[in-house]
Amino acid sequence: MDKKISLPVITPDGRPPEAQPKWRHDFPIDVPEADYVARRDFTKFMVLTSFAFVIGQFWIGLKRAFRRESAGTSAQRIASVAAVPVGGAVSFSFPKPNDACLLMRTGTDDFVAYSAKCTHLSCAVLPDVKNNALRCPCHNGLFDLATGRPLAGPPSRPLPRIRIEVRKGEIFATAVEERMT
Amino acid sequence: MNRDSNREQLSTVIYGILCIVLILLVLQLWLLSATMNAYLGGDESIVWPAAWASVACFLLNAGLLWQVFRLES
Repeated sequence: MDKKISLPVITPDGRPPEAQPKWRHDFPIDVPEADYVARRDFTKFMVLTSFAFVIGQFWIGLKRAFRRESAGTSAQRIASVAAVPVGGAVSFSFPKPNDACLLMRTGTDDFVAYSAKCTHLSCAVLPDVKNNALRCPCHNGLFDLATGRPLAGPPSRPLPRIRIEVRKGEIFATAVEERMT
Repeated sequence: MNRDSNREQLSTVIYGILCIVLILLVLQLWLLSATMNAYLGGDESIVWPAAWASVACFLLNAGLLWQVFRLES
């Protein structure tokens, strides 16, 4: 039986229905319709992605709210003055156990402390007190020891400074100071 | 013929909407990265304004998608 199959108006190669192979008669595809559905579904996916970005923004907002709640940390003892030699460094955690920090003694009465997480990709920075620097070995980031500001390499933001106080021969961390520049 | 022209119109509309959605999406991506950068740097003042701006972009996107379904029906 010679069955006449009517194909959609526009075929993928643009040739008339008679010139189409038999398999295309069995599996006809309306190309403009398929294109339209693909674009519409892509648009739906993009709107879903847009919603994901909104979730991301609110996640940052919630992180900020929780950080503010836990910001009222009390002073924490790091070490005694005698335990840190001039040119030496001591690692500690502040304000939470997972927040690694570094205390360095640059002079007899001079101490500086910074977060030990590189502001590039959070690798641990290493103190180089002799050269007045902090080095990140992952991507050769270099920070100024006196200010914590980036000197070389990929980091663009300074290291968060830890405010310290010396009370009766003991060194205390009192606050974290985040900085943009 | 009528069906084809209608389909062409719909395709044109979907391309236009897709372009606007993509522009808004790039804006949202920029907002997210800029907010994250500022937040990690200690500047928290832009967190909520940026979040509301992102919500506005999403609502525009959702409205455009709703237009697509409205045109189809």
